[in-house]
Amino acid sequence: MLRLHYNLEKLSTGLVLGIIIAASIGGFVEIAPLFTIGETVERPADLRPQTPLELAGREIYMREGCYACHSQMVRSLADEIDRYGPYSRAGESAFDHPMLWGSKRTGPDLARVGGKYTDAWHVAHLTNPRAVVPASIMPAYPWLSEPLDTSGLGPELATMRRLGVPYTDAMIADAERDAEAQSQPDSDGAAGVKERYSEKIVVRDFDGSVARVTEMDALVAYIQSLGQLTAIAHDQPPADGE
Amino acid sequence: MIASLSIAQRRNGLAFALCLALLGLLMAAAAQHGPMVVHGAMALVLGIALTGALARAVYDPPPEAARASFYYDDPTRFGIAMTLIWAVVAMGVGVWVAALLYWPEATPAVPWTSFGRLRPVHTTGVIFGFGGNALIATSFYVLQRTSRARLADELSPWIVLLGFNLFCLWAVTGYLMGITQSKEYAEAEWYADLWLVVIWVVYFVLYIRTLARRAEPHIYVANWYYLAFILVVAILHIINNLALPVSFAGAKSVTIWSGVQDAMVQWWYGHNAVAFFLTAGFLGMLYYFLPVRSGRPIWSYRLSILSFWGITFFYIWVGSHHLHYTALPYWVQTLGMTFSIMLLVPSWASAGNAIATLNGAWHKVRDDATLRFMFVAAVFYGLSTFEGSFLAIRPVNSLSHYTDWTVGHVHSGTLGWVAMIVFGAIYTLVPQLSGRDQMAWPRAIEWHFWLAVTGTLVYVVSMWNAGITQGLMWRSYGPSGTLTYSFLQSLQAMAPYYLLRTIGGGMFLAGTLLCALNCSATARAATGEVAASDRPLLPMPVE
Repeated sequence: MLRLHYNLEKLSTGLVLGIIIAASIGGFVEIAPLFTIGETVERPADLRPQTPLELAGREIYMREGCYACHSQMVRSLADEIDRYGPYSRAGESAFDHPMLWGSKRTGPDLARVGGKYTDAWHVAHLTNPRAVVPASIMPAYPWLSEPLDTSGLGPELATMRRLGVPYTDAMIADAERDAEAQSQPDSDGAAGVKERYSEKIVVRDFDGSVARVTEMDALVAYIQSLGQLTAIAHDQPPADGE
Repeated sequence: MIASLSIAQRRNGLAFALCLALLGLLMAAAAQHGPMVVHGAMALVLGIALTGALARAVYDPPPEAARASFYYDDPTRFGIAMTLIWAVVAMGVGVWVAALLYWPEATPAVPWTSFGRLRPVHTTGVIFGFGGNALIATSFYVLQRTSRARLADELSPWIVLLGFNLFCLWAVTGYLMGITQSKEYAEAEWYADLWLVVIWVVYFVLYIRTLARRAEPHIYVANWYYLAFILVVAILHIINNLALPVSFAGAKSVTIWSGVQDAMVQWWYGHNAVAFFLTAGFLGMLYYFLPVRSGRPIWSYRLSILSFWGITFFYIWVGSHHLHYTALPYWVQTLGMTFSIMLLVPSWASAGNAIATLNGAWHKVRDDATLRFMFVAAVFYGLSTFEGSFLAIRPVNSLSHYTDWTVGHVHSGTLGWVAMIVFGAIYTLVPQLSGRDQMAWPRAIEWHFWLAVTGTLVYVVSMWNAGITQGLMWRSYGPSGTLTYSFLQSLQAMAPYYLLRTIGGGMFLAGTLLCALNCSATARAATGEVAASDRPLLPMPVE
């Protein structure tokens, strides 16, 4: 054995191949099956893709690095279920490119935060967290009152469809209009958003000013959608055993 | 830099510089607006500056033929300078974001100084900027000495170093302007990722070509680790960053992975960035500089083989321990946990091998702060790998995950192990590359050492306290069966630890600053002398 290695280390190509083989096995065994196992590839029947406005909000969530302090993954532990709600299922994030499960809770988990607080609370909290929660250490985001740039949403939906997210032609064509209409409940396009996505989606003026669609509208729409894209975690009782 | 290039290399360099300028122009022209224009402009400016410098020197006298009988250390000098610049900047941002968790309104609420945008600047800056430059710079130095051969050519090391630093700059400025893939430790956008692949291929080819010229029959252990670092980081980087750009004229891309598969790929990448970026490469550094500085041969050759292959094989399995109790299938979590515990064997074999190497040289450890940096690095490597295996055990992880314990664990590895071994290597290298016996301010090394050790301990101990407190408060139930503490109460309990952590980080930063000043003073007093023994063995002509 030692003799073998004695010769191996005289060969740079031998070392290179050895390293590639040794370092590939584990990843292959752990990752490849995840693309075939039912539990990980099954999509909940009622799972809907995010609306353009929610997707724009998700982009802002990523841009501002919210994932560094907030997880979106309730673990199957009693205290987490009591604190946050039903534990997260694999299918819930099937359309999330990338997933935003997070790794640190400097602030609380957000997987079940949709519908928990009012829009007005979120707007006040994001504008100045300490106005609502005096002990908060979250940064303030006053610049979210800027108008939302909706121009890239159509191509983004189209790109996601190429990766398997079920956006229809109509959704892609109307992405920019839908983004605005979802925050303008009295506009002509409002009915169309519901028609294309789901009766259950929230069409409201999220930031309290109907006149224009802001980044705040998008981010609040996204936050209110968290945990609401499918009812799977609420409908199904926890499985027996582990 | 340019004087050491042959005329042909200057011409090739000129062509590369023009291509870079053109690439920058193309990016800026395609994007029209937004951060990609800024990044295009950066490439354009760098390309034009290099073109200008090379064009002016193309017909200067060629370098002396005798250069082939020396090692080529200019890239190492530049790499160490970049290491120190990134260290000061990125650790500075680290202290800044630490302070923001205690004083959230310390800096004005404008987008680019927001915690969420600064945090990846800190992580990318220290991992890639500080760690990456240190690895590349020392790998060139170690590769030449252990092969007794000069680098295969003079141009590609510069492509590697300048290209890598452009990647780092693109990455961190992108976050500040709000572009990110939001994949932790892989936040840079698609064009920066592609650029890094090109640079990495040049790096690998240079490494293999230089190895092929070696005058030693055996490839030394340090090079096995550097090779593993180069190869596996390439695999991880490419697979984790696979993405479809929304448009080739914009920074936005959509990662091809989603949901649970993305989580697994992300932490397969994330934990092996720890393994092959922050461990393998730095073990390569340790395997060269520790024996050289202590004047003792590595204690056990067999143990080196065992730990090298153990680390290369086991590490890849352990990423799933980041996903205990999540929606990832249970058996994958169990595999990750099992391999994490087995990983302790090769990890402690390395740490033990390093410490046993110092047997017979303990008086040097006592007297020489540089060697002491390396000793402390080996001790912290042993401690943090033990802690890592421990935290990967499922029930322990149920308490520690999502808390500051993880942050403390990471920093005991990065401050205690990675940074300490880098400082040990730098204090060995810089005097030598400056043709001097010792650093310009030898006593400042002692100060740096104690600042670094104290800072690390204050940081790590405060984060242990923070994390365990958080974990216990979150799971605490009262007699009536309801949760005892609100989330907010657990946050308020963190305040003293966050303050202490900022102080610990500040001490570490002060030490780093001292190191940078010391190195710059030493480099300014360089004599240009090269020790007679520090020369390649000239291979006989083959004809």
